[in-house]
Amino acid sequence: MLSRRPPTFLLLATFAALLFIHVPLFLIILYSFSADVSFQFPPTGYTTQWYAEAMTRTDMWDAIYVSLRVALMSTLIALTLGTLAAAALWRYDFFGKNYVSLLFILPIALPGIVTGIALRSTLNFFDVPFSIWTIVLGHATFCIVVVYNNAVARMRRLGSSMIEASMDLGADGFQTFRYVILPQISSALLAGGMLAFALSFDEVIVTIFTAGLEEKTLPIWIYEQLFRPRERPITNVAAVLVMAITVIPVMAAYYLTKDGEHIAGGGK
Amino acid sequence: MTVSTVTQDGLLRRLSDLLFRRPYLLLGLLLAPPLLWLLVVYLGSLFALLAHALFSIDEFAGIIVYEPTLATLKQLFDPANFDVIRRSVLMALGVTIASAVIAYPFCYFAARYAKGKWKAVFYLLVMLPLWSSYLVKVYAWKLVLAQEGIVSWTANAVGLGWLLQALLASPLVEATSLSVSWVGTFIVFVYIWLPYMILPTQASLERVPSNLIEASGDLGATPRQTFRQVIWPLALPGLIAGSIFTFSLTLGDYIIPSVIGNSTYYIGNAVYVQQGPAGNLPMAAAFAVVPIVIMFIYLAIAKRLGAFDAL
Repeated sequence: MLSRRPPTFLLLATFAALLFIHVPLFLIILYSFSADVSFQFPPTGYTTQWYAEAMTRTDMWDAIYVSLRVALMSTLIALTLGTLAAAALWRYDFFGKNYVSLLFILPIALPGIVTGIALRSTLNFFDVPFSIWTIVLGHATFCIVVVYNNAVARMRRLGSSMIEASMDLGADGFQTFRYVILPQISSALLAGGMLAFALSFDEVIVTIFTAGLEEKTLPIWIYEQLFRPRERPITNVAAVLVMAITVIPVMAAYYLTKDGEHIAGGGK
Repeated sequence: MTVSTVTQDGLLRRLSDLLFRRPYLLLGLLLAPPLLWLLVVYLGSLFALLAHALFSIDEFAGIIVYEPTLATLKQLFDPANFDVIRRSVLMALGVTIASAVIAYPFCYFAARYAKGKWKAVFYLLVMLPLWSSYLVKVYAWKLVLAQEGIVSWTANAVGLGWLLQALLASPLVEATSLSVSWVGTFIVFVYIWLPYMILPTQASLERVPSNLIEASGDLGATPRQTFRQVIWPLALPGLIAGSIFTFSLTLGDYIIPSVIGNSTYYIGNAVYVQQGPAGNLPMAAAFAVVPIVIMFIYLAIAKRLGAFDAL
């Protein structure tokens, strides 16, 4: 029988792990108000001037705009393809089914750099000019699995009895989908869509390979900022903004799926 | 069915009937778009890339010679290249072990002691950093590990500054600050991939039936015996599932070593440099084969140990 009180070392280890996870993120928020340009800890003074300065940076806002458009388009493609894939693999047993489901997972199971250069060399081979669409092409590929995972997890919990009842009562396949299946999977689709959005918004490894010189997504912009020590204060503010933007869809996805399922597809 | 309804939605209904009578037609229609996308965009590119590993590059002209050869793959075993592979695999192993050591007590606590509302709080505390921006997290560690940053400050404040200095000066590290040493790279790898270890581990610990634990106690096992003989083996698949992520993600990453560390190459950096600045696509492809082969071996072992049910 386990005792009610956890052993002291377990408490300490848990507490240490929580500190390890969260202290760096708090530090970014702290540094974004630091008056120093260096990484001096503790900061010698505090100011909000960097926020004001960051707001005037058009290159940052351009990057945010590109990222939002890419994430939106990738999410729409992933929602369509991911839902279709989930429906196909949920209702049918067919030859090679395991291989098909492996194929959907492959883009996040293999290192991003492999996906990245594979896409880049193919685009080069066919002389496709790099644009916002080539970024979407890459992002949609690994976003499909996130939607697929969420949709298939919910579909597995749908009984077949409601679908049979709907058909018995005279609804055709489309009506059954529209009035019986869709309402039951819609929150899972929304959650999958939001996670796909967050994933695309944050992606850098594949993006570096599929973006042209003109189109900078926010992560690429930040990546370049990391090598500009003079701009540290602006980078700090941008980092805080990004954290805020990505936390919102994730929290929302959590509340949409919290009844019994974990947020599926936590891989990149 | 009356005539009017047939004409009203006749076409849709007839289509629906057709799909009902021929389920494989429906399956084809459902499966074709996603499957085509992945086959054409992804798998096609992947095979085209990997095929390049069988070609070689003309050293003088710098163009790819499209004749099948094993020479490029053989070059992987050159001392310089093999060093990169060995370093990456060791790093991936180290990161995996460290993540497991940090994650397990945490998950054990969350699964066995956190109740009700606290459980949700715990879950969110892990999820939020997992989904917050990867680059922002890497950048955060630049702040933490910097020479004038919080780690040095804390070490000095508790009187352990000399220990940090000794570590940095030791022949194993030899760096001016943690953020330009391999220790820094290691810490950041562990930090970034830790949530991927925590989630499956915690899930599998949650699934250990509490009546088995009670039965073990009733049959006279000490808590330690219960842990070793009941909880540990039942939750092991989760730990292995987590290790798949930490291992694979470390093996393929090139951003973290380029931002934090002493700029030695890992497999990801080698692929990046060979493909970009060096313009040697066959060599890049050969390097890309390495993590794929290693991961397939790893997955085969993990599957035998039952980790796939815990994914």
